[in-house]
Amino acid sequence: MLTQTLRVGLLAVVCATGVALGATGAMAASQRPLVVGMALEPPHLDPTAGAAAAIDEIVYANLFEGLTAIASDGSVVPALATTWTPADDGLSWTFTLRDGVTFHDGSAFDADVAAFSLDRARAEGAPNAQPQLFQAIDRVEVVDPTTLTIHLSTPDADLPYAMGWGDAVMVHPNSADENMTAPVGTGPFRLDAWRRGDRVRLVPYEEYWGEAPQLPSVEFAFIADPTVALSAMLAGDVHAFPNFPAPESLPLLEGDARYHVEIGTTEGETILAINSRRAPLDDVRVRRAIASSIDRQALVDGAMFGTATPIGAPMPPHNAAYLDLTSVNAYDPDRARALLAEAGVENLSLTLTLPPPAYARRSGELIAAQMRAVGIDVALRPVEWAEWLTKAFRGKDYDLTIVAHTEPADINIYTRPDYYFHVENERVSEIVAALDSTVDAEERVALLQEAQRLIAEDAVNGFLFQLPKIGVWDARLDGLWSDAPVQANDVTGVRWTE
Amino acid sequence: MVTRALALRLAGRLAGLVGTLLAAAVLVFLALHIMPGDPAELMLGINADPAAVAALREQMGLDEPLFVQFGAWLSGVVVGDFGTSLTYGVPVSTLLMERASVSVPLAVLAVTLTVAVALPVAVAAAVVRDGWADRTAMAGAQILLSVPNIWLGLVGIYVFAVILRWVPAGGFPGWSGGVLAGLTALALPAIALAAPQAAILARLARIAVGEAMDQDYVALARAKGLSARQAAWRHALPTVWAPIVTIIGLQFGFLLAGAIIIETVFSLPGLGRLLFQAVSQRDIPVVEGVVLLVVAAVVVANGICDLLAIASDPRQSARRPVSAGP
Repeated sequence: MLTQTLRVGLLAVVCATGVALGATGAMAASQRPLVVGMALEPPHLDPTAGAAAAIDEIVYANLFEGLTAIASDGSVVPALATTWTPADDGLSWTFTLRDGVTFHDGSAFDADVAAFSLDRARAEGAPNAQPQLFQAIDRVEVVDPTTLTIHLSTPDADLPYAMGWGDAVMVHPNSADENMTAPVGTGPFRLDAWRRGDRVRLVPYEEYWGEAPQLPSVEFAFIADPTVALSAMLAGDVHAFPNFPAPESLPLLEGDARYHVEIGTTEGETILAINSRRAPLDDVRVRRAIASSIDRQALVDGAMFGTATPIGAPMPPHNAAYLDLTSVNAYDPDRARALLAEAGVENLSLTLTLPPPAYARRSGELIAAQMRAVGIDVALRPVEWAEWLTKAFRGKDYDLTIVAHTEPADINIYTRPDYYFHVENERVSEIVAALDSTVDAEERVALLQEAQRLIAEDAVNGFLFQLPKIGVWDARLDGLWSDAPVQANDVTGVRWTE
Repeated sequence: MVTRALALRLAGRLAGLVGTLLAAAVLVFLALHIMPGDPAELMLGINADPAAVAALREQMGLDEPLFVQFGAWLSGVVVGDFGTSLTYGVPVSTLLMERASVSVPLAVLAVTLTVAVALPVAVAAAVVRDGWADRTAMAGAQILLSVPNIWLGLVGIYVFAVILRWVPAGGFPGWSGGVLAGLTALALPAIALAAPQAAILARLARIAVGEAMDQDYVALARAKGLSARQAAWRHALPTVWAPIVTIIGLQFGFLLAGAIIIETVFSLPGLGRLLFQAVSQRDIPVVEGVVLLVVAAVVVANGICDLLAIASDPRQSARRPVSAGP
């Protein structure tokens, strides 16, 4: 509170005195380095060996490239492979690889290197954070130096998409083991320096196969405190925050012509996960009562400062298959009380486990108050990620928890019987199985919409809102991503306009 | 002999240091194992294959029994090997050196500022005891003491980085960028850290010096023609030097490890943030490394202050022969 009052007061002073922009303005646009702010520092820089989003937010597309890439609109585009075609039986994909590609240490990229990368990522016990991407792969065949055939054990229409993830990037046998601290990729930028705790600096790679970047260097600076993130923007120390951590300060930046504010989409569905292994949460009436006690709009306004979109099922609103199901188990305290009475549940007392992100902590406070209003006593339990993963996620030791599921196309988690939330529904399992072999777009949409409706009606979880991508950057910058189809800060097309 | 007394003290201190380090290491190790959370799980996230998590645990050595893990770590430390960070994958000693190169200068700067401000204010206030200057100084100290330094840090950033643009809003350019750039980056955080510490020291020193001013030897000094100010600096302050130096030693230890909030506000890569990050990642070798370094620094700093106190106070070294006078 104190800092907020202070901020408003001091900003008034800033505006009143009309302080001019600093010295960076004088530098020629093509010579000016880009400083990108990030809230979290990655533990290391190998995207094939860790789940931390911060790794991809630095290296994806900038330093490492895959066979394919996911573009800013979420489409799959060529990267180190120029074309790919499925076999008629759907049991293999053949990729034609780009010629003349080299790694930052000068090593050449060819089909052998590609096969090595994929076999390394999918090896038994390999520390890859997204093993499901490679699940359908049976073996990888090198046909000739620029042709690679991936043989599948089951058809996988999404394989080219999977190859565009950061977890599937191409690495070289000579440097793969050192990628955590000295990453060597094929991207337009190479690592210059990593001052741990402060920033990572990338510079252009002269021998890059494609279009050269238009920035002399790009720095990713780690700024943990939201208030300081605002200061760093205002002071001109940081030029862009692709994921701005202080949504409460947006009105100040929106009113200032020096900054551009962009509210984009992400693949992050924020849910109130319900542990239906525990009575009385195994009763669909109790879960519906919980869902009906939640005022989504109040969450969006109070916890997200109006930047998020309410959802009623686990599918992002920008997806073609999205169905607005917010009317299923809509906010209705009377109905919630009636459902609880019908289920014969009295004096229900639950614990809401909250991981560290602000969206979870802020929403948790509001949801607890909303649930208390219908007679459910909620105790809040803030935890660190380590504890959340071990106890709530793996140990399934929780009643309720709030988390955003940020993986794209992840509706299949609703069919995993040993997942941390699970409600058995045979039809949903059938649909998800059918999706793997369904290529027709209309059919896929129909299947996905049916699954969404079933999941919403089962009230498997409380569905809260789609996490926004709140981007703030210097108005003179062009080419930053508005949306986040993957968790990345692709700066390969970024330039200063003046 | 004074040297013998000092040697005894020093030996006792060394034994105490080793004992304290060992106790801290055991406690930290146990505490981290009791805390729920697993570094391998944390690295690989929610979609990880259980086999991959198990393989990573084995690679990290976490599948070994507790005492084997501790023994392996301890035998490394004895020969100067602090192990490898589980999350960063680099030697812990490298991380410690990088972070200490920020935290130690920051603590030294803050302590220097603390002493440079607090002592003159305290002595000046004691000289004009109960006058308006004294009351103003002590009220000011009370205010500084009550203001959280996170607030001071944020105000500092707005005024000096956002409005005036004299300093960056945070971050640390590294000493390779030049001493001046490094000191500029540390100036605001050092002031924010020093302010409440200076207030504490000023109030304590003001009371101590004030009491000493009532003593006969100060009255004698005044009778010999010294001004109140001269008597305070030359006679009152030296007699209360011991408790003041002890407080300064404690403050140094606190500033070295307790600067985490200020490090966060100023985005400084210091020891406090490293420790916080390592705890939340369950990076045991790094937590142990930071704790050992900080415990050692605190014990050594207090030891030095203790020795300084002895050197400044004849009564503290009992065996020192009483000099026969001039």
